[in-house]
Amino acid sequence: MRIFINGESRELSGTPSLAELITQLELPATRIAVELNREVVRRSEWSGTMLHEDDRVEIVHFVGGGAG
Amino acid sequence: MSRAVTAVSSEEKLIVAGHVFSSRLIIGTGKYRSYEEMRSAHDASGAEMVTVAVRRVPLDRSSESFLDYLNPSLQILPNTAGCYTAEDAVRTARLAREVLQTDLVKLEVIGDQTTLFPDNEQTLEAARVLVKEGFVVLPYFNDDLIMAKKLLDAGCAAIMPLAAPIGSGLGVQNPANLRIMREQLPDATIIVDAGVGTASDAAIAMELGADGVLMNTAIAEAKDPARMATAMKLAIEAGRLAYLAGRMPKRLYASASSPLAGVIK
Repeated sequence: MRIFINGESRELSGTPSLAELITQLELPATRIAVELNREVVRRSEWSGTMLHEDDRVEIVHFVGGGAG
Repeated sequence: MSRAVTAVSSEEKLIVAGHVFSSRLIIGTGKYRSYEEMRSAHDASGAEMVTVAVRRVPLDRSSESFLDYLNPSLQILPNTAGCYTAEDAVRTARLAREVLQTDLVKLEVIGDQTTLFPDNEQTLEAARVLVKEGFVVLPYFNDDLIMAKKLLDAGCAAIMPLAAPIGSGLGVQNPANLRIMREQLPDATIIVDAGVGTASDAAIAMELGADGVLMNTAIAEAKDPARMATAMKLAIEAGRLAYLAGRMPKRLYASASSPLAGVIK
């Protein structure tokens, strides 16, 4: 199954949940936020949210910045 | 005299939608040469709020959380820097709130890559959506009174006019606009955002009646950021006191300070 993570195309085996995807990507579960098809998915909903073909996932964190 | 000054300083707080700050300086977290340098500058500045940006997590390498490098006592003000549409700014604000559990957001919708000037139309649109969703919105915008009024009418908690282009260090380019904004909007919380280059620029912004100043590059790109942070802290306090004290009128000709009578002949 192909999905897009942060704009990059990725092949996934099976139909993982968002929580499983985060684990597979070895991302820290805290201090990141996730959007699925342009809608924020709350942390408590990650494990119950199954991914589908062509889903677009955005995973963000915080970086140093002031403006612009 | 020092007692009077202390009294003024202690009763003077910056209040943004119920958040109370003793410091009127808000600083950024970008462009520092190292995290250690950033942290020492933050400590020296006395600032109680710092702004951070939201970006995609790199997928090809592990990344530590930048937030761990910030002094935990600081209030974090997420920003929507880098967004060019109202929609992207709203999405970014929602993502930030999800992690930080704060309703505060520094709203930025940039209109042009060369100048980083704000897109006022998109900014207003995003502000309306975010206010409706319960955000405490602090929008970066051009130093324009009419836009300021529209943003306040939309429910923004404070307004953040630019002094000069972001990262330019040019200082307050249009003092008349800031002064007019202060006079016409006496109850608004005005935080000058962007363009300050050195301590005197920050003092001028405060003397014009700003309630606070947000800056990043002026401190981060100084040769000694911690020292510049201290300078900014003092400049903000000095400018605020001068504003409250009420400056003397400017005159074209001299006016002697000593009595004219009794000079020996």
